[in-house]
Amino acid sequence: MAAIEILGLEKTYMVGFWRKRPKRALQPLHLTVEDGEIFGFLGPNGAGKTTTLKMLMGLVFPTAGTARILGKDWTDPEVKAQIGFLPEQPYFYDYLTAHELLDYYGQLSGVPAKDRKNRVEEVLQRVGLTDIKGIQLRKFSKGMLQRAGIAQAILHSPKLVFLDEPMSGLDPLGRREVRDLILQLQQEGKTVFFSTHILSDAEALCDRVAIINKGELRGVGAVEELTKSVQGKVEVVWQGTQVPASMKALGGEFHVTGETVRTVISESQQDAAIDALRRERLRLISIIPVRTSLESYFVEKLQHSQTTAGTSA
Amino acid sequence: MNARIAHIASNTFREAVRDRVLYNLIAFAVLISAAAIFIGEISIEIERLVVINLGLTAVSLFGVVIAIFVGIGLVSKEIEKRTLYTVLSRPVRRWEFIVGKFFGLAGTLVVNTFFMALGVFGALLYVAHRFYGADSSIFIALYFIILQFLIICALALLFSSFSSPLLSAVFAFSLFIIGSFADDLRGFATLAHGLTRWVATGVAYLVPNFSALNVISAVAHQQPIGWGLVLQNTLYTLFYTAMALSGAVLIFDRRDLK
Repeated sequence: MAAIEILGLEKTYMVGFWRKRPKRALQPLHLTVEDGEIFGFLGPNGAGKTTTLKMLMGLVFPTAGTARILGKDWTDPEVKAQIGFLPEQPYFYDYLTAHELLDYYGQLSGVPAKDRKNRVEEVLQRVGLTDIKGIQLRKFSKGMLQRAGIAQAILHSPKLVFLDEPMSGLDPLGRREVRDLILQLQQEGKTVFFSTHILSDAEALCDRVAIINKGELRGVGAVEELTKSVQGKVEVVWQGTQVPASMKALGGEFHVTGETVRTVISESQQDAAIDALRRERLRLISIIPVRTSLESYFVEKLQHSQTTAGTSA
Repeated sequence: MNARIAHIASNTFREAVRDRVLYNLIAFAVLISAAAIFIGEISIEIERLVVINLGLTAVSLFGVVIAIFVGIGLVSKEIEKRTLYTVLSRPVRRWEFIVGKFFGLAGTLVVNTFFMALGVFGALLYVAHRFYGADSSIFIALYFIILQFLIICALALLFSSFSSPLLSAVFAFSLFIIGSFADDLRGFATLAHGLTRWVATGVAYLVPNFSALNVISAVAHQQPIGWGLVLQNTLYTLFYTAMALSGAVLIFDRRDLK
């Protein structure tokens, strides 16, 4: 069963003084997130990530389209008892302490009174918020608020967790801890859907990612699949100090390091390179597909969308 | 009341307490004590009348100011600060949120009124040295004041569900003032003719009838308050509050929380 099925959700806001001018925040979006996945929703600021998340949470109403969450209609109130949500830059009732806040959210999520106290202690411990008893949230730092936000999202043991920019406001150590926490959630069988514009986080964590820009989906798939599709190049390494003429004919730059030579050629030239090395009786050490970083893929997709927009305009 | 509404109401009450809304009681205590001492010095035979009039009017005004200023922020503040996101992403329906907020503020005002009422009775005892049987009507006046607060809370919530806090405050205050003269408006409507009569009648019955809920002067003058009026005002308040809250829910239910 898919954890999330987004079926053509779209959003157009009416803007201007008389609210007559349409502004499309999200083009019809079709996306499926499988159960147990860590799914990254990537895009620059203003791409439509938060709008999508808000629609899934029922905070913003779509202009068209629908969605299914955990196999049920997304508007089903029962669904909300099984999901956790961390909004971007969360802000909470600052007159409460973290314990009171989580207790309140536990009440609203239907966590039984007898379990609540233990659950609150457990999640606070888990997000690294200790020694904070009696301190109101108004005295919390940005990073502490982010941790409290993550705690409230996982308090009721949801099956599906939505995190909007979960690493924002955290120091490097905090980011590492949140990464570990997301992986732990996956190990516990939960599905994690998180939006981010920090690509290294997505690359390190996600099973699959979707890239969105200007309200339009630009690509979706496993990180390896996406990055491989960009260049289709291979790195060829062989033993020796010389570059035969037949290899030079394939083009590319050659780097001689000690007893090995390395070059990068296109995937279509791979067979020709192997034949050339065999003819010269040179020992092939490796042929490895060059994996471009997610960042390169991301930048290329954004540049492509800008070019398309420029052409169509 | 379902459990989620009760939790939201209780958190709203806690917010009011921690935001020091009940600190108005200190100002009230100073006012009522000073008034009691002053009236005790200068009034002859009318101390009771003056204390009841002044005390209950102050209870009403303090409460109205709280109902409006806290009420207009109940929804807009939550949207602006985005605290609403983590509430509505849970199994909480939007109408439950509005109703919970309403009961939270209403509860705050009832507690506030209770303490102010103690102050009024204390001042009365100070100037009159004893209570009289007729003083029991003060409870009815206080009950009507609370009914007035319920209507204002619901209206403030209604306005705050679609407009800015400033405009909501202006709308709510205007309705409070117009509603305080609702009887006069209804009288004017009967005297008018043609279209003016229709418009005036419509407006007179649309605005909340706060004049029917104001029996302070009658209580101060020891005039009896009939149980018929108590029932009529109770039903009227329930109906008006339910209508205003339904309006707030209808608007809020369709609102995008950007």
